[in-house]
Amino acid sequence: MSDFVFNPRDWLHRLAAPVDPVTFGLLAILLAYAGLLLVSASPERLNNQFINLAVALVVMRIAAQVSPQRLMHLALPLYVAGILLLVAVALFGDISKGARRWLNIGFMRIQPSEIMKIAVPLMLAWYFQKHEAMLRARDWLAAALILLLPVGLIVRQPDLGTAILVFAAGFFVIFLAGLSWKVLATLFVGGLASLPLAWSLLHDYQRQRILTLIDPEADPLGRGFHIIQSTIAVGSGGILGKGWGSGTQTHLEFLPERHTDFIFAVLAEEFGLLGAGFLLVLYALIIGRGLMIAGNAPTLFSRLLAGSITLIFFTYAFVNMGMVSGILPVVGVPLPFVSYGGTALVTLFAGVGILMSIHKHRMLVQK
Amino acid sequence: MRPAEFKNPEQEIERFQGRLAVTGGLVLAAFFLLFVRFFWLQVVQHEHYRTRAEENRISLVPVVPNRGLIVDRSGAVLARNYSAYTLEITPGKVADLEAVIDDLASIIDIQPRDRKRFRRLLEESKNFESLPIRTRLTDEEVARFVARRFRFPGVDIKARLFRQYPQGALASHALGYIGRVNDRDLATIEKHNGEDNYRGTEHFGKTGLEQKYEFELHGQTGFEQIEVDAGGRAVRVLDRTPPLPGNNLALTLDARLQKVAEQAFGDRRGALVAIEPSTGGILALVSMPGYDPNLFVDGIGLADWEALNTSEDKPMVNRALNGAYPPGSTFKPFMALAALELGKRTPQQSIADPGYFNFGGHTFMDDKKGGHGMVDMYKSIVQSCNTYYFVLANDMGIDAISNFMRQLGFGQRTGIDIEGESEGVLPSPEWKKKRFRKPEQQKWYAGETISIGIGQGYNAYTPIQLAQATAAIANDGVMFRPHLVKYVENIKTGERRAIEPEPMRILPFKPANIEVIKQAMVGVNKEGTGARAFAGAEYLAAGKTGTAQVYSLRGGSYQRDKVKERLRDHALFIAFAPADAPRIALAVLVENGGFGAQSAAPIARQVFDYWLLGKQPQSVAPFDEEAVEDE
Repeated sequence: MSDFVFNPRDWLHRLAAPVDPVTFGLLAILLAYAGLLLVSASPERLNNQFINLAVALVVMRIAAQVSPQRLMHLALPLYVAGILLLVAVALFGDISKGARRWLNIGFMRIQPSEIMKIAVPLMLAWYFQKHEAMLRARDWLAAALILLLPVGLIVRQPDLGTAILVFAAGFFVIFLAGLSWKVLATLFVGGLASLPLAWSLLHDYQRQRILTLIDPEADPLGRGFHIIQSTIAVGSGGILGKGWGSGTQTHLEFLPERHTDFIFAVLAEEFGLLGAGFLLVLYALIIGRGLMIAGNAPTLFSRLLAGSITLIFFTYAFVNMGMVSGILPVVGVPLPFVSYGGTALVTLFAGVGILMSIHKHRMLVQK
Repeated sequence: MRPAEFKNPEQEIERFQGRLAVTGGLVLAAFFLLFVRFFWLQVVQHEHYRTRAEENRISLVPVVPNRGLIVDRSGAVLARNYSAYTLEITPGKVADLEAVIDDLASIIDIQPRDRKRFRRLLEESKNFESLPIRTRLTDEEVARFVARRFRFPGVDIKARLFRQYPQGALASHALGYIGRVNDRDLATIEKHNGEDNYRGTEHFGKTGLEQKYEFELHGQTGFEQIEVDAGGRAVRVLDRTPPLPGNNLALTLDARLQKVAEQAFGDRRGALVAIEPSTGGILALVSMPGYDPNLFVDGIGLADWEALNTSEDKPMVNRALNGAYPPGSTFKPFMALAALELGKRTPQQSIADPGYFNFGGHTFMDDKKGGHGMVDMYKSIVQSCNTYYFVLANDMGIDAISNFMRQLGFGQRTGIDIEGESEGVLPSPEWKKKRFRKPEQQKWYAGETISIGIGQGYNAYTPIQLAQATAAIANDGVMFRPHLVKYVENIKTGERRAIEPEPMRILPFKPANIEVIKQAMVGVNKEGTGARAFAGAEYLAAGKTGTAQVYSLRGGSYQRDKVKERLRDHALFIAFAPADAPRIALAVLVENGGFGAQSAAPIARQVFDYWLLGKQPQSVAPFDEEAVEDE
């Protein structure tokens, strides 16, 4: 009966039903923090970011609604579509800033590599679920292929930042699926051994970024400028920071990309070590919650997917903060949930939605 | 779901959770690593990065002080600063400088030298400082630019201070001029440890008082702490240390007297130095022709520079200090004084002048054919008898003459407070030895002493030396160092630092002897060679005319009209007045002016009339204190 009467409270209740209040609460604090930073770094972009956030929340809510079972069905088509789009990008993509990343589909431009951040772990989780009982060497090889094909295509664009994230997402699935320590150790040693080869395969600008990390002062006004100015911003913040809106590096435009990839420098300059520590704690709690959801998930598929998504958040956060504080080379990885921009936000919240769905379905199975 | 018998869910979940724990540990380790990095940057290295952030944002910009003024003894302004419009570009705000300058050139006249100067400034400056591309815009140019300002972001009209010499060429050789700082000036600045104080200073005194008193006139540079952004744009002024203006110079020179003296020269070349005998203060320092120092302030144009430097009249040479001329007969009073002091003559001792003097087979001629008859000391000066001095010089010998004249300052720099003095030549056997290379030239011949006695031969003195010696006689042997600056005034505190008269030496001459010379010089203007020039003077003036040979006629008689103008004799006159209590002593030289009595003495008369009686010569335009050279 009440189905036919519009009851706002009931409606809200249903809207919030698949949402995990703990995850959402932690994210809300993080988003408020992000808003504070954006007001300081680039207040004119606040409205845009609200729109981005609204879209991202809708995506999250929809993803939260999709059950893990249905997600499994989506895995293969999404992955295949993603690969096809990446191939299309390689063939017909728009070039911007020297890289072929975007595909113009008439009314809008999409970045297929972004889809792969979800599609690759989804596909791998699906693959492991399918071959759950009898994982043989060839299954591991197949998994490696599933992972390396899109990563290779993205590296070729070239988009090292996204490639690292996609690779990390897939690698976490394989790791959590139980790839033996022996193989891991072999891969690690092999990886180290093949570093010179990897070096020779890198683009010049990518090599420069690594060299710049080692010695940014070699070219203080050119390639070293970003990293020097961001470490100055971080270091000059001190323990308590210069205060909200008072960062000289930020407001006198010494900080490049201060509302996107380098927003952490704004935080560290204005809120100091205390503010940076607080952010680390927030991320640690969100990741902890994600790992908990993974640990309690009923199926291998949902376990692997939840674990991998959670660790993508970590990868984003670690790579970004490492880059801004000068211990990792500059790659285009935003600070998750904080940097300005819609694309990453939508992808991240799609991941959050999936996590929430998995969390919700833990109950059903355990009962 | 797959059949349960194929797997062991318990074991599998356990293994998965083991892996999760490992990753959780890795996450914590990674975050800890980040935290350690933040701690390193924000706590351990905080001071370093804080400093670097400050260096990033704060820039020190010098604020150039106002240069001190130069005023004459009664306060008339001779050098000041005025504000003029300049067209300035802030390079940091302009993308393509060349294109913008080309575009500007279409509405405002921009010469290649403007571009050259701009490029030089560009290399020396920071890109948020605005730099002049054109200085001293006309009102019309300002209007033209303002109407099109929207087309030129980063280009502005600004008011800057420029040095200005409102009286134009008046006293140009005393004042000197300022010009753009060059490498030599930088070396001077470094020697004075003035690098910090000269940051931002574009001009430096090049000659004259502007050069000599540069470090008094400059003042203390102030600084602005400016917050700048990454693009080099100034955001706001954080702190300001105001500049202290330079000290003013008040001169002993009298601009009105200077003007009277300069105009008395007309278009003739020459020099005049007028000294206040009781202090050594320079009342007028004339070197004709002069030049307009305003031309140099902003970098002189090539055409002007060439005109000044190639002119036969040599306007850039300060004849009063740098020109050395034979004193001619103006040397005679000093010779007579020497004779008295050294006991070689008494005032009454006379010679019979046949109109010539023979020595060693050479005949030295008197100007007057047939001679002056019986000549005593008074007559020798009043009528300027050469023979008297031929004999006297021969009697005294060169060593006695040069030793005596050295006391009066001949052949030495006077030490006036501007640069560029030459020593002149006080002839002596030692001087000749040094001057010449060949042994036969190094020897002093007794015949050479004879021309020395009438101020010819190797004698060569600067007009200021002559004026100084004249002032010494006028002041009864007390000789002061000539100086142009009376006091230096600190505008801020109002404190005046007087340049005290500095007696260089007190000559031990007998007052009676000096009196004899003074009387004879009075006689010159009463009944002698200067009588015509001083006819009807309402004061008693002492003087002596002189004529210095430029060109040796080798036996033929000198006929003024038949000799090329540039080869004519120099006319000289020394004088002081009033004779009993001298207030002014001077030396006048008119290059190629012929007889001193004819061309030099009338100049002295005009100067004295003005100085002692306030009489403005009719031909001379009155001094205009508000005069401003047309820019």
